[in-house]
Amino acid sequence: MSIGISRGRRPVGAGLAVALAPLRAVKGLVLTLCCLVVVVPLLAVVSTSLADPRQVNEAGGFVLWPRHPSLAAYRAVFAGGVVTHAILVSVAITLVGTVLSLASTALLAYGLSRPGSLGSRPILMVLLFSVLFSPGIIPMYLVVKQLGLLNSYWSLILPVLINGFNVIVMREFFLGLPQELLDAARIDGAGELSILFRVVLPLSKAILAVVGLFYAVAYWNSFFSALLYLADTVKWPLQLVLRTYVVNNAAIGVDASALAGAPAPPQQSLQMAILVISLVPILLLYPLLQRHFAKGILLGAVKG
Amino acid sequence: MAVDTAIGKAETTTRAVLAPPRRPSLRVRWRRDRTLLLIALPGLAALLVFHYLPLLGNVIAFKDYQPYLGITESPWVGLTNFRAIFTGDPAFLNAVLNTLVISMLQVLFVFPVPIGLALLLNSMASERLKRVVQSVLYLPHFLSWVIVVAIFQFMLGNTGLVNTFLHAHGGGGFDLIGNPGLFKELVTSQVIWKDTGWGTILFLAALSRVDPALYEVAQMDGASRMRQLWHVTLPGIKSVIVLVLILRLGDVLSVGFEQILLQQNAVGPHASEVLDTYIYNNAVVAGGWGVSAAVGLIKGLIGVALVLGANKIAHIFGERGVYQG
Repeated sequence: MSIGISRGRRPVGAGLAVALAPLRAVKGLVLTLCCLVVVVPLLAVVSTSLADPRQVNEAGGFVLWPRHPSLAAYRAVFAGGVVTHAILVSVAITLVGTVLSLASTALLAYGLSRPGSLGSRPILMVLLFSVLFSPGIIPMYLVVKQLGLLNSYWSLILPVLINGFNVIVMREFFLGLPQELLDAARIDGAGELSILFRVVLPLSKAILAVVGLFYAVAYWNSFFSALLYLADTVKWPLQLVLRTYVVNNAAIGVDASALAGAPAPPQQSLQMAILVISLVPILLLYPLLQRHFAKGILLGAVKG
Repeated sequence: MAVDTAIGKAETTTRAVLAPPRRPSLRVRWRRDRTLLLIALPGLAALLVFHYLPLLGNVIAFKDYQPYLGITESPWVGLTNFRAIFTGDPAFLNAVLNTLVISMLQVLFVFPVPIGLALLLNSMASERLKRVVQSVLYLPHFLSWVIVVAIFQFMLGNTGLVNTFLHAHGGGGFDLIGNPGLFKELVTSQVIWKDTGWGTILFLAALSRVDPALYEVAQMDGASRMRQLWHVTLPGIKSVIVLVLILRLGDVLSVGFEQILLQQNAVGPHASEVLDTYIYNNAVVAGGWGVSAAVGLIKGLIGVALVLGANKIAHIFGERGVYQG
């Protein structure tokens, strides 16, 4: 996090330190418990996905640490085809969606970043009101239907293409860039597009990363738009497959030829393997997210 | 509006430096700014089509909408669809009640937790340790609701990890998942698990802006740790607390749509139906499009009024409103 927190607050005098020891212990205990509440379930998910059938049966379903870790559950899940297809769908939606969202957000934010430019005030109002209310499920469904996007992958991208809050954050960032640089480029005869691509965007990598990550996480995690717009279950992305097999507990069939004679992994291991697969991209992005997100969410709050 | 004034402020300061005092003619401005308008177009179009065009779709609140007839061909029925709201249809009232109860539970139990956690984190002496703890606690915010619900099921379900452990060690175990009587508590605890860490960010930022000199003065006056907390820390972050609370109250009609939709099958509508799921189930699942649109329209209008009202009140408290929401 870029914002330092308890700067300048020093521990009190040495005499007091002894008196405060129990308090410190309680604090440490509480924080440790908080962390365990987050870490232990995730550890158990990963462990169960890796555990061998015997251990899963002995433990009554879930294990905290696998004795003989194996990737059998993952092999079985990938051999099935349903999950593999769903992963491809989710990855494609996330990639295409993020690129389109980021591009249109950056263009819109830059188009609105010249104070006093023609039309920028009414467009800003349009933007701000879109943050204040959401159109509602039914009218949104009708628009998607009228545009002929039902059952099309575009229905997962276009309705959520622009997030007004992200545009505002990015516009704030653009406004904070040294205007002299832009003016200098303008005097040199650069057009708006070349200023954007040669001056502004290279200086804005941090904010592009933040906003891009926010969009990517939103695309990867969304399940309701697919439930609403995609009647064809074959097209479903990973989150909905996860819902079917893990939340709703549908039986996962395993193709016997994929097992090569080994016993089928228990349902719990298969379920947890699907869960881990859907977690992996978030965990891979997390270090990046971490570095930037607080900056992103605070940008609007701290500035101005 | 709060955002507007903030932007206005930034604009006037920049304009004073950049632009000549007299505003150029429309033609000159068009020639100067047309590229900017052009590049704003794709995003603007998406906003208009998917945020403003749907407003027109609300006409079906006054129609007997039949999907095969389409919006224009479906017959007008006046205010018939609103009858469910005004005559107190039991399913609708149940949804309203559940929404308000869950919202209140969240204000009472979800809202204070990040404040406490932020105070705790803020009082940690080691910066590095604090960063590690933060990394762990922010993580659940980025997990999808499907994952969170799945994790709760297999940790706390009847055959889940905790119950299995309790049974194996002679304990009684408990019945939480799929129990209609405890559904609201379950939903609340899931929100706490997912978003408490994330919720600390605004409070930590506010805490970092409390003037350290105040603590030194308080210490010199012999104030204990508790007294410092009460007289220095809390007043320092009071405005942020009030702001977050007001904005939460402005959102009182929307509670965890995806989260609740995922878990309805196990507990039934009586315990779990909230306004958003009522609108969805009644229209898409049961075919009552007109009534759902009517409920959605009323909910949307009250929602906008609440958000604007909350923002106004936040403004009176000297804060900048939606900007931080």
